[in-house]
Amino acid sequence: MTRAGWAGTLALAALAAAAAGIAARARYTADVSAFLPREPSASQRLLAEELRSGFAARLIMVAVEGGDAAVRAQLTAGLARALRADPAFVEVSDGDSQGFARAAAFLLEHRYQLSDAVTPERFTAAGLHRAIGDTLDSLASPEGLLAKPLFTADPTGETLHILDGIDAPRVATRAGVWSSRDGRRSLLIAQTAAAGSDTDGQEEALAAIRGSFAAAAARAPGGGALRLRLSGPGVFAVTSRALIRSQVTRLSAVSAILIAALLLAAYRSLPAVLLTFVPVASGALAGVAAVSLGFGVVHGITLGFGVTLIGEAVDYAIYLFIQPRSGWRQGVWPTIRLGMLTSVCGFAALVPSGFQGLAQLGVFSIAGLVAAALVTRFVLPEWRPQALKTRDLTPLGAVLARALAKLGLARAALGVLALACVLVLLAHRATLFSRELYDLSPVPHSDQELDASLREDLGAPDARYLIVVSASDTGTALECAEAIGARLEALVAAGVIGGFESPAQYLPSPAMQRARAASLPPPDELAARLRQALAGLPVSASRLEPFLKDVEKARSAPPLTPRELAGTPAGSALDALLSVNGDSATAFLPVSAVRGADLSAAAIGQLRAALAAPEHALSPPHASARLLDLKAEADDLYGGYLTQAVSLSLLGLAAILVLLGVARSPLRALRIVVPLALAVLTVAAGLTLTGERLGILHIVGMLLIVAVGSNYALFFDRLAQPAHADLPRTLASLAVANLATVIGFGVLAFSSVPVLAALGRTTAPGALLALVFSALLARRAAPTAAT
Amino acid sequence: MSARLPRGALCLLLLALAALLAAAASAATDPLDALLRELATRRHSHVAFTEVQYLAMLDRPLESSGELLYDAPDRLEKRTLTPRPETLLLAHGVLSATRGKRTRTLELSAYPQLAPLLESLRATLAGDRSALEQVFSVTLEGDAARWTLHLTPRDPAAARMVREVVIGGEQADLRSVEILQADGDRSLLTTGKELPP
Repeated sequence: MTRAGWAGTLALAALAAAAAGIAARARYTADVSAFLPREPSASQRLLAEELRSGFAARLIMVAVEGGDAAVRAQLTAGLARALRADPAFVEVSDGDSQGFARAAAFLLEHRYQLSDAVTPERFTAAGLHRAIGDTLDSLASPEGLLAKPLFTADPTGETLHILDGIDAPRVATRAGVWSSRDGRRSLLIAQTAAAGSDTDGQEEALAAIRGSFAAAAARAPGGGALRLRLSGPGVFAVTSRALIRSQVTRLSAVSAILIAALLLAAYRSLPAVLLTFVPVASGALAGVAAVSLGFGVVHGITLGFGVTLIGEAVDYAIYLFIQPRSGWRQGVWPTIRLGMLTSVCGFAALVPSGFQGLAQLGVFSIAGLVAAALVTRFVLPEWRPQALKTRDLTPLGAVLARALAKLGLARAALGVLALACVLVLLAHRATLFSRELYDLSPVPHSDQELDASLREDLGAPDARYLIVVSASDTGTALECAEAIGARLEALVAAGVIGGFESPAQYLPSPAMQRARAASLPPPDELAARLRQALAGLPVSASRLEPFLKDVEKARSAPPLTPRELAGTPAGSALDALLSVNGDSATAFLPVSAVRGADLSAAAIGQLRAALAAPEHALSPPHASARLLDLKAEADDLYGGYLTQAVSLSLLGLAAILVLLGVARSPLRALRIVVPLALAVLTVAAGLTLTGERLGILHIVGMLLIVAVGSNYALFFDRLAQPAHADLPRTLASLAVANLATVIGFGVLAFSSVPVLAALGRTTAPGALLALVFSALLARRAAPTAAT
Repeated sequence: MSARLPRGALCLLLLALAALLAAAASAATDPLDALLRELATRRHSHVAFTEVQYLAMLDRPLESSGELLYDAPDRLEKRTLTPRPETLLLAHGVLSATRGKRTRTLELSAYPQLAPLLESLRATLAGDRSALEQVFSVTLEGDAARWTLHLTPRDPAAARMVREVVIGGEQADLRSVEILQADGDRSLLTTGKELPP
């Protein structure tokens, strides 16, 4: 080895060690954060916050299916008991009536703070007469019968009134546990202590549920027929991470083995095969280290994209080993260098993307390609033993050259093909692009369907409209929610919206609670008014002693806070609607449409007007309220990403054109770009014809076609020059490199992670077409040289 | 040309007929079956009712009145008109209570303690012996002209609220439903004349 070789090797070793250190310490996540913008707007931040650490992100929907219905219900109730005892879960709901009894006891105890019917008027003699009369009337109904024991303490019916105001969950119950409408699933909802963004914590919670279920199923007779199904944001995060991890490992292994087999057949030399993977490994390590340094966290999906690096980086070494040693420094390396710079230009366009996943891919690819190319240039030739002999592929190249010469006629067909592709794309232009954010999700469609079906069973659809109140403290947030609630009541009455939920329904603001306590008369006064009120009613005042006692107690009771509600069903409902974070509090008021899931544009307008109306200025200052349409926000976000991906890719393409125009002449640049553009066009038309809608990952795949294909085009450009290289061996090296790339991306096309599959299905055929088109469109100077 | 039945087949046919007749006769001898079959012949019913509740904590009984509507086999509606309008509807095992604009729905199977209130009446009207005996132990007194059914809840939760439901009637007409609560309170519902549909 030369001195330069030693220097390069040492530099590589030092850098590799540093990169490995960074990669080992990098944080890897798989939650929704990759899909969130780097500089979010206020609404997007709320959306992100809600998705990442909100109450909804901590819910796990648990379903038990199969087996005998009675065994299933019993086992589900047992599972709920086991999970309630586990500190990993804050709350477990399965619809048992014990929970209802606990809730009712809490409501009864605090009824004079919680009931919105408590006003000074209600506690006048006339008001009491009316309220007690109403309660007596209701004793005939089944609910009245249930409430009969409460009558002497609660003759004004506050407890029933509170229950009336709360929408009972619309879940069917069978044998004491929640059940799907068709009765085939028993259901429960577990709320984890770990935040939704804590993927490790979620994984432990899932393991605890699976463990409890397995133990219970093993004990129950016929428990073997029961199956456990889990869904929810945490489940998605854990599944995605595991899926990406296993897919990346397996797909990398499969493509590495296939490529190694290909190279072994081509080189007939094991050392050469091993050396070929050195630039690949260096590139991957550099990529992870760069992303970790630049972003602080490496998203799982970025590693998935990293698999694709094998496809391009392996080419560099192939050119080194197959093309003649003599022309390496002068001809081959400059061509590789220009190809690498071309790719870097393309990927550089992705770096400023607001979509973190895309930006990480850009950084990963640039660092990876530069590292791979540098290792190929400065280290690999030095490591190559002088005695290393790879098989001479000249005969293969000669066959290819003859075939190429005969294909001249096909050039004419390319014009027709281009026209046909343009026509296909134009015909499908309305449905060309996918607009769903969920297309980016690594979660398989079957899991998304299970989630939707469980949500339907539990009557817990994804809330689409959310009024978000931000305030400096809990009390202010609740006061503001009360003020908005009053306006929303008017919209419900007018039929503009179907209904709404508010944290103030579960916990009134301290101001409201104090006002209610102040409506309660002192004991002597109340006793006097009660005597008056009972005139004409079939009740004697002496029976209502408990009522007088409870009212006196309520007069001096301190206002309830979220702490007192903790652990009750009202507490978990409150958790969903109120989040307290240091010195700020946020209240969420989900709004539902009158019919279906969507509000009309007019209804949204009225809703926004109600929030903004200056004459109804929200009573407490330092609070703000805004309406969030979660679906529109998400779709806007994705639409923005898609537009950005397309425009950034075009920018990258322009940068590539400029680079090639400067490095070669504009005419030669055009000759290099036309076959690549044609390959992209053909792939886009092909995907559209097979019914795929183009998403961000297809766009990225097309960028990869250009990045990889530019190498082929540049080699054909070099072959056409007067000081031409060895045509057959160049052709052979291109064929082997192309095959390696197609294998690398082709394996990806079989991934069960939708985004990886989209990338593979775009780039594998695209790379092949780029080579074929470049060959067909290459200048004719070459074939004469071969003969 | 008509085919003549072989002698053996004819004997079998006669035997089968005899068995059927015997079964019918034995069923007819069970008075509960007879009563329920008689009740089940009625497909629709729309009558006025008055109800009186005797509650220990009150100085005098509560009175209410309204209409009862029944459509065989599993739709029973109790419309209270005075003193306060309220509708209770039991249809396909789901109980819904409507007061003002608000309707509450609950599945009867999840609240066995509520079963005696309406299911007793519905199952009796439907002549559904198996449904009746699933929820209550049943004894019959009197004769077809004037009968009384004593229904005792089997479910412990229901028994903690309701001791017994006593349904009285004449021929195919149901006249009264008395609910004796476990705490000694009771209610008596009596039906009035048939109303036009």
